[in-house]
Amino acid sequence: MFAYIIRRVLYAIPILIGVNILTFALFFMVNSPDDMARMQLGMKHVQQADIDKWKQERGYDKPLFINTKAKGMHVLTDTIFYNKSISLFAFHFGSADDGRDIGYDIRQRMGPSLSIAIPAFIVGLLVNITFALLLAFFRATYVDIWGVVLCVIMMSISGMFYIIGGQFLISKTLHLVPISGYGEFGWSSFKFIILPAIIGVISGFGSGARLYRTLFLEEIGKDYVRTARAKGLSELRVLFRHVLKNAMIPILTGVVVVIPSLFLGALLTESFFGIPGLGSYTIDAIRSQDFAIVRAMVFLGSVLYIVGLILTDISYTLVDPRIRLEE
Amino acid sequence: MQAVASLNTNKHRQTVFAKLKSWLARPVQLGGVLCLTCLVAGCSKSSWNNPYPASESGKNIIYSAFRERPKHLDPAQSYSSNEYTFIGEIYEPILQYNYLKRPYQLEPLTATQIPHPVYYDANGKQLPDNAVLDQIAYSLYTIHIKPGILYQPHPAFAKDAKGNYLYHHLSDTELTHIYRLSDFSHTGTRELTAADYVYQIKRLASPRLHSPIFGLMSEYIVGLADYAKTLQQAYKQLGGDEDQSVYLDLTKYPLDGVKQIDRYTYQIKVKGKYPQLLYWLAMPFFAPMPKEADIFYSQLGLQQRNITLDWYPVGTGAYMLTENNPNRRMVLSRNPNYHEDEYPSQGSPEDKKEGLLADAGKKLPFIDEAIFSLEKEDIPYWNKFMQGYYDASGISSDTFDKAISFSQTGNAQLSEDLKQRHIHLLTTVQPTTIYLGFNMLDPVVGGYDEKHRKLRQAISIAIDYEQYIAIFVNGRGIPAFSPIPPGIFGFRKGEAGINPYVYEWHNDKAERKSIAQAQQLLAEAGYPDGISAQTGKPLLINFDTAASGSDSKAWFDWLRKQFDKIHVQLNIRNTDYNRFQDKMSKGNAQLFNWGWNADYPDPENFLFLLYGPNSKVSSQGENAANYSNPEYDRLFVQMKNMGDTPQRQAIIDKMLALLQRDAPWVWGFHPEAYTLYHDWLKNVKPNLMAQNTLKYRRIDPKERQQYRKKWNHPVLWPLWILLLIVAISLLPAIVTYRRKEHQAVVNRARED
Repeated sequence: MFAYIIRRVLYAIPILIGVNILTFALFFMVNSPDDMARMQLGMKHVQQADIDKWKQERGYDKPLFINTKAKGMHVLTDTIFYNKSISLFAFHFGSADDGRDIGYDIRQRMGPSLSIAIPAFIVGLLVNITFALLLAFFRATYVDIWGVVLCVIMMSISGMFYIIGGQFLISKTLHLVPISGYGEFGWSSFKFIILPAIIGVISGFGSGARLYRTLFLEEIGKDYVRTARAKGLSELRVLFRHVLKNAMIPILTGVVVVIPSLFLGALLTESFFGIPGLGSYTIDAIRSQDFAIVRAMVFLGSVLYIVGLILTDISYTLVDPRIRLEE
Repeated sequence: MQAVASLNTNKHRQTVFAKLKSWLARPVQLGGVLCLTCLVAGCSKSSWNNPYPASESGKNIIYSAFRERPKHLDPAQSYSSNEYTFIGEIYEPILQYNYLKRPYQLEPLTATQIPHPVYYDANGKQLPDNAVLDQIAYSLYTIHIKPGILYQPHPAFAKDAKGNYLYHHLSDTELTHIYRLSDFSHTGTRELTAADYVYQIKRLASPRLHSPIFGLMSEYIVGLADYAKTLQQAYKQLGGDEDQSVYLDLTKYPLDGVKQIDRYTYQIKVKGKYPQLLYWLAMPFFAPMPKEADIFYSQLGLQQRNITLDWYPVGTGAYMLTENNPNRRMVLSRNPNYHEDEYPSQGSPEDKKEGLLADAGKKLPFIDEAIFSLEKEDIPYWNKFMQGYYDASGISSDTFDKAISFSQTGNAQLSEDLKQRHIHLLTTVQPTTIYLGFNMLDPVVGGYDEKHRKLRQAISIAIDYEQYIAIFVNGRGIPAFSPIPPGIFGFRKGEAGINPYVYEWHNDKAERKSIAQAQQLLAEAGYPDGISAQTGKPLLINFDTAASGSDSKAWFDWLRKQFDKIHVQLNIRNTDYNRFQDKMSKGNAQLFNWGWNADYPDPENFLFLLYGPNSKVSSQGENAANYSNPEYDRLFVQMKNMGDTPQRQAIIDKMLALLQRDAPWVWGFHPEAYTLYHDWLKNVKPNLMAQNTLKYRRIDPKERQQYRKKWNHPVLWPLWILLLIVAISLLPAIVTYRRKEHQAVVNRARED
């Protein structure tokens, strides 16, 4: 398994280089270094000399990919792409355009993102699986039909509606929790987290429960389930002991891969609830055309996604003894 | 057999129910914990939805918000209103705007008096105050500051018993537990001196900083442009290009135009005559900067921890930044070392009537702490304001209809809901002009001959800004007749102030000229019915803009309709901001939209936007229309250096007449700011020039507490109903389950 992991990690390097090139190309197709400078320097009394100076100080005065004026390896290395990308592989994110250390900000913002993402993820998973099992148990009854209808309705509604509706109902009308904000650690933060976490659960409920229901129904039709029933096992025991266990592989595919990405936060939720997490950090960076942050967050997202995929592969071996990772 | 089956069934049923019970018990237990938590929260002093800790209840704290994190808090770099919200309260320039007086008036802040310039000729001979402009080679401002003013407590000033600075040479070990400024255990202070003001002016030229006013100031302050080169060279020699921690002692590099005379006096030498310098001296660019702070923050270890002068200001103002978390909240706390300062005693009769003089002569500041929370979206901000968790608010277009209604006379008034909450409304026209500009270099819309003028005048009539204001800004604005907004010297009210080329004076009000008149002008311009008399082709005008978003489309459609009225085609060339800027700087745009917000309350700050030598194409200046009229330019130079006298008004009248005739802009509108504030917030008067208004504000925390309690009772009954619905909907499922299990057992028994 160790060799397999090493190989997967090595595969990740060209993927990350590719992601970097793509991010770089897409970003600079829309924003030029002049754009970035203007965004930072403001609109009043800004002259081209100020823009040039800003670019020079931050290394944005070089060519993007190929420096035709340089010689040897400098053709590739004396470019914005090389200078801005190479340090990422050592997880040195550098400074944002406003001078703040990106690594520090990421560490600071990871906590708030996780404080919402983890409860929403765990509770969401439990609720979805429970509801899906319930539907599987009552398959082909009115409970199943109306449950599926509910799922379809819920997955058809935009996440934004849940956020605004939740804020309106729970915070504005019922006065149960603050509309937005974030507290320090401990119980003071609980009242800020509960609503975004519930909304996270609700907005993922429809699609999650439907997917798991399908997986469970697929398993329920298999021979081993019939055998279990023939042995006289109760339906609950069949569902929890056999169906759930065997449906874990496809569930794990979707679940484990997103675990590392929980660090990245939720873009809309964080913005609307004033949560100082990594989701709102990314949104802000895109709005302010801060390439350093955008690049760091995309890189981090890619790394976490790759980690998630590797973890998924490893988890297969844990839940299904038949699967062995090739040496 | 049947008995056995029945026994088995009962046993099985019991087991199933026991499982179901335990299965259902978990959510019930969770619900119980949740309810308990809610009860605990309910038993606490504050409401459930209170976003602030219960410990803050009843405290003398003002609550506000910021939408995006400030980019710079260094007074040499900062130039945005959202940054001035903080640094305006912390840094103290020598002058400030009187809080109550209108029109805006400067008064001393840390200076003993408003400096009066002394003029000199090229030979260094002093000239009288009324000297002719051509004779004045330079003006000398001598500034005396008040003694005894202390800086806020700050680690940069902390010294040990021997008098050595504690934190100016921090080792890696000492930095181990330092993550923010408050982690330093010792602080110190020292007296404000003239040297600090000199130091800051030198910083404007620092190659490490991007002071937005360096270019402008180097045109006036003697030697500043060369000083920047000197500093650039000095940094290079010290290896500052590679090493960010290199500290350059600016005191070792003299600047010709700025000199310290004694501990409390310094001089600024300005080329020619530049009376607007006084306004600049009231801005944070010219606030004092202690050398100790610069040394302290230049340490690499602190920079790596985001502890820089750009993030942790140090000043003498009424407040200091005690919490700087731009990701969540920023906190300004009362500066314990703040000098003597009193609430103004003079104001208008309206001010007295509004209770704005109730605190006259009282010691400032009133508020202990100002907490600014990050609030990116309008809806949560508005709802929190309505719940009493923010003390004041603007009005977004989403909430405008809920907050404001218009009376039959067209006056804005509060809606019933807001009136019942004792919320107050303040409206004030902003010192801002939003306009559409013609590129005067363009062969179609530019030019100064009669035909081109008439074309621009016709378009100016056709674009109905009264309608624009009603549709797009909820009536929050007034149409502009010239670049000068109300409240700025030179603005004329009534018939004398209207633009006679676009408006007519009827029934004591300005009425836009008819479309027929616009079409007549268009025909005289050589485009009868929108068709070129020369080529026979329809007139097509290109509108360049960087506007984006869903609102823009409606605006573009509206703009097309305005041109349609005179049968002129409008082509919208929507582009990104950078390309738009590029077009503007190269003079490739034809018609564009732009705006200007006053730096200071002087007509020069608006009229310079059309001064020929400031042309965007030729000198990258702020004259985006590239308007160049020698007569206007001559009058501008004359007007620029005058006091607010009738003679100056007469010159401005002439300049405005030229502008209205030439019509380089479609004059657009001046936006109006609507501010809502709760009854417990006192001494609220919009002062759009002052940066340090927080110290005048006062709150009644008890009144706020009572209102918050009244408005935020938790409503629980819908939750119980929801739980009931869930329980009821589960019942048939349980029955179905029981029936199913029973059937299975019966079937099994039968098989047996």
